[in-house]
Amino acid sequence: MKRLRRRYLAVKIDCKDEIDGKKVVDTVLSSTLKLFGQYGASKTGLTQIDYDEKKGVVILRCFHTALDMVRAAVCAVTEIDGKPVALHVIDVSGSIKTLKKRLSGRKLV
Amino acid sequence: MRKFVDLHLIVPIKNLAEFESFIRKASTLGYKMVGVPLPANIEKEKIEQLKSIAKNFNLDLVTRLNLKPESTGNLLKNLRRYRRKFEVISVRCLSKAVARQAAKDRRVDLLDFVENPRKRFFDKAEAELASNSLAALEVEAKQILISPFPRRIHLISRIRTEIKIALKYDIPVVFSSGADNLIYMRTPRDLAAFFSTLLDLSKEDALNFLSNVPKSLVERNRGKLSESFVAPGIRIVKRGSDC
Repeated sequence: MKRLRRRYLAVKIDCKDEIDGKKVVDTVLSSTLKLFGQYGASKTGLTQIDYDEKKGVVILRCFHTALDMVRAAVCAVTEIDGKPVALHVIDVSGSIKTLKKRLSGRKLV
Repeated sequence: MRKFVDLHLIVPIKNLAEFESFIRKASTLGYKMVGVPLPANIEKEKIEQLKSIAKNFNLDLVTRLNLKPESTGNLLKNLRRYRRKFEVISVRCLSKAVARQAAKDRRVDLLDFVENPRKRFFDKAEAELASNSLAALEVEAKQILISPFPRRIHLISRIRTEIKIALKYDIPVVFSSGADNLIYMRTPRDLAAFFSTLLDLSKEDALNFLSNVPKSLVERNRGKLSESFVAPGIRIVKRGSDC
């Protein structure tokens, strides 16, 4: 069986109010549902891997074939818990190690 | 490397601190050029001031005028008056007559339509007129983002059809954020993914509609507005007695 390739996305939470980082993945998932339906959402394999509260960065994982779908769903999020919010994908990598290495040395949005 | 352009960033220009925060955000998101709609009666000094603020953030500011004419006469009058003052002129087509006139006028750069799918007049007839002029079709992300549930479906479907028609008639398409709030600003690659997945476009096309297409539109207009421009294809390369 062919090995599933995955992508790790660093998503920056842009909000004036405090947001529970754990809710980000639920919001992105419901945004995926709204845009692509249950069939589409099932193909993304979306999971939350990590949340850096200090930096306000959430690391998500998805299948590499669904990267654009997840990016579109992230882009479509405009609020979490009724608070206006913007989510920006600041980096994408094939391994979590590389992603974290890259994040440590860059200016976040 | 691609230079990303957001041709429609609705920035409050009276409050310079707020203007700066929008510009800073656009720069950190990865844009190199932003189009800001300005009031028609803006002074040249103010434009220079705004351009210098944008330059501090390595951004190229494009002056844009949004026209919302109620009649074709009104559209022609405004185009005559303001064409040479702004680098980009966009026409929000509120009626079919205005849409047709805007599509065939070479002074119009962008054709913009309202969120209501029933009031978007970009069809084959419009595309045929636009293909003989220079107008491009503008699609704003904010219109899709703020549309409520049932309308969003019709809007996405409508825009998908419009883009198919535009590509068939070789009409350039420009994607922009249309953001009037920092919350609606997105990174160019996120916008490209958003548009490409929802509108059945290739990633390459979506990226071009956010970079090369708007950039060439602005460069063409800047060339026309420069002093050396005489007519399409003719420009002054040297002045003086030794020519």
